[in-house]
Parts: sequence; structure tokens; C-alpha cells
Amino acid sequence: MLTSVALPVAFALVTAAFVFSIWRLLVGPDLPDRILALDTLYINAIAWLVLLGIHLASTLYFEAALLIALMGFIGTVALCKFLLRGDIIE
Amino acid sequence: MLDILLSLLILAGALFTFIGSLGLVRLPDFYMRLHAPTKATTLGVGSLLIASALYFSTHDEGVSLHEALVTMFLFITAPVSAHLLSKAALHLKLRSLAELLPDEQAARSKGDAR
Amino acid sequence: MRHRVLPHPLVALALGVVWLLLANSVAPGQIVLGLLLGWSISLFAARFWPETLRIHRPLILLRFIGIVLVDIVLANVVVAWLIIRSPARRRPVFVQVPLALRSDLAISVLANTICLTPGTVSSRLSLDRRYLLVHALDATDPDALVATIKNRYEAPLREVFEPC
Repeated sequence: MLTSVALPVAFALVTAAFVFSIWRLLVGPDLPDRILALDTLYINAIAWLVLLGIHLASTLYFEAALLIALMGFIGTVALCKFLLRGDIIE
Repeated sequence: MLDILLSLLILAGALFTFIGSLGLVRLPDFYMRLHAPTKATTLGVGSLLIASALYFSTHDEGVSLHEALVTMFLFITAPVSAHLLSKAALHLKLRSLAELLPDEQAARSKGDAR
Repeated sequence: MRHRVLPHPLVALALGVVWLLLANSVAPGQIVLGLLLGWSISLFAARFWPETLRIHRPLILLRFIGIVLVDIVLANVVVAWLIIRSPARRRPVFVQVPLALRSDLAISVLANTICLTPGTVSSRLSLDRRYLLVHALDATDPDALVATIKNRYEAPLREVFEPC
């Protein structure tokens, strides 16, 4: 049940989520839209890595997921600050 | 039994992640699009991480709880980035389909920040 | 004296727990190392955070966390349903929520809670910290929404962080 049905379906759904986010990243229309799309993309990447970890029964991918979460958040905050003030470091 | 529970958690998580990105494509204006990834995607990934914690707790030796760290981190950071994005969008004066535009409300209540 | 040596005991403890989760073990050595790290980090970070963190009613805080967790799941189902069904049925609206909370921490926790729970995102805090601008995805009655936010989320936070 887990490996035959749930994991392939979940991989397909998360990959579709990637495609939607990339579409929004390319189409825009405004800068906040693109930042939001990038934000969604990194959360999707975490989801994908977690699924991969379960699929391969390996905890190696956990650290990668944690790092993506940290870096993605900082990236989003820096980009928003840039939009708000035209400068990142106050 | 455990297999079914794990499958359900994984499917629910993937479905919420999918719906979050679907909202990113389907919803008409930026402020509405903001809702989809902050809520649906965060819960989706949270559910996947709980499934992962369950899986590694039962398949490897010992309890695995470090997935809780990523879940906690996501649940703390997602609202912060949503708030900042929304603030940036208001700053850039993006159009909104909301009934009352924030500028009209700003005029109504004095002391509102720019 | 306590403020000099141990400025934020709760933060130190929380950092220790985070270290244990990161190391994924509860070996005695890791516990000692985690508490040591939590203590030293909170000591060095104390200059950036002069306000002391004080929780007055831990039980109400626990109840609040429980309510919020349930609400997160419910709100997600609602938002997912709003995304899937026809676009004409969504009524987005901006509302101003007047704040009774005064401390920075309480306002941040309230804003984060609003973002996570009932189909709303907090957008902007007014400069004098009296109003929070909130965007709702689907609100038929903005006044009821404001009342819900105030009664359900702000009132418990007020009891926890600033009882007067």
C-alpha cells in the first residue's frame, strides 16, 4: 500500500505542485508574485526531499531539508526587505 | 495498520501541497494567492514530516523526532514571510479585488503607517 | 543578578530542546551540551532582547496552543475548498483589527496566529501599534471576523503575556 500506491501518487502530486509554482514564477505579473512562487518552490522542495527520504529509507536527506528551510526563509525575508526599502541592510 | 496510517498521512500531505500550488495558479489577485502557500502548503509539508517521523521511528531503531524541528520551523517562519510579502505588496500598491481597499481604510483611521 | 547570569531562562531551555531535536538523541552528554549552548546563546543574545519573556498563565497558553492547532487543520480544509470551488463565491476583504495588546512579543504571536488560522493573513501593523490590517480570503461579515479574532485569539494572549 505504502510503496505501491501512496508514494508514487504523492511524488506525482508534489511534482505537479512544482510545475504550478514555476509557472507562477515565470508569469509573474509582479515582483511579490515571483517571490511568493520562490517561497512555495522551496517548501515544495522540502516536501520532495522528505518523500525521497521515506522512499529510500534514508535519513540523509533530513539535513538538506532543514538547510533549505533555513535558507529559503532568509532569502524570502531579504527579498521582501529589498522591496520595502530598496536596501537589504538597514 | 501502520502502513495505512502512513499512506493516509503521505497522501493528505501531498494533496495539500498540491492544492497550495494550485491556488497559486488559480486565484485572481496577489493577496488571495498569498493564502494558498502559507496555509495549505505548510500544513501539507507538516503532515509529510509527521509521516516521516512515524516511518523512521518504526523502521529504524529508536525514536526519530528531528522532523519536528523542521515542522516547528516552517510553522514559525511561514506566517512571517507571508506578513512581509503582504506588506511589500501593499507598499508597491498592487491591485486587489477586496471590497475595501487598504488606502481607503488608511484614510479612515488616522495614525496608520505608510 | 539573575538578569546578568541567566537573562532568558525559557529561551535557554527552548534552545536546549532544539539542540536535542537536532542531534536526535537524549544522551546525557547531549543534554548537558544543549543546556550549555542554550545558556550561552541566550547570554550573548540578551543585548538584542532587553525585554524579559514572562508567561503568566501556562495553562491558558497550553489551551491556546491546542485551539490554534485544531484551527490550523480546520482552516486549511476551508482554504483548500475555497481554492477548488468556483471563484465567484470568494469574497476577499481587508479589515482593521484594533489591538488591545501592547507588548511586541504578544503582537507578533497574534499576527503569526492570524496568518496560520482562519483564512486570513495579517498585512500591516500601524505605526502606533493600535491597528493590524488583516486580509481575509472569504468574509461575509467583516465585523464578525474582527470579533472572532479578538475573542478567540487576542483575549487568551492578553491573559498569558500581559495581565493587568
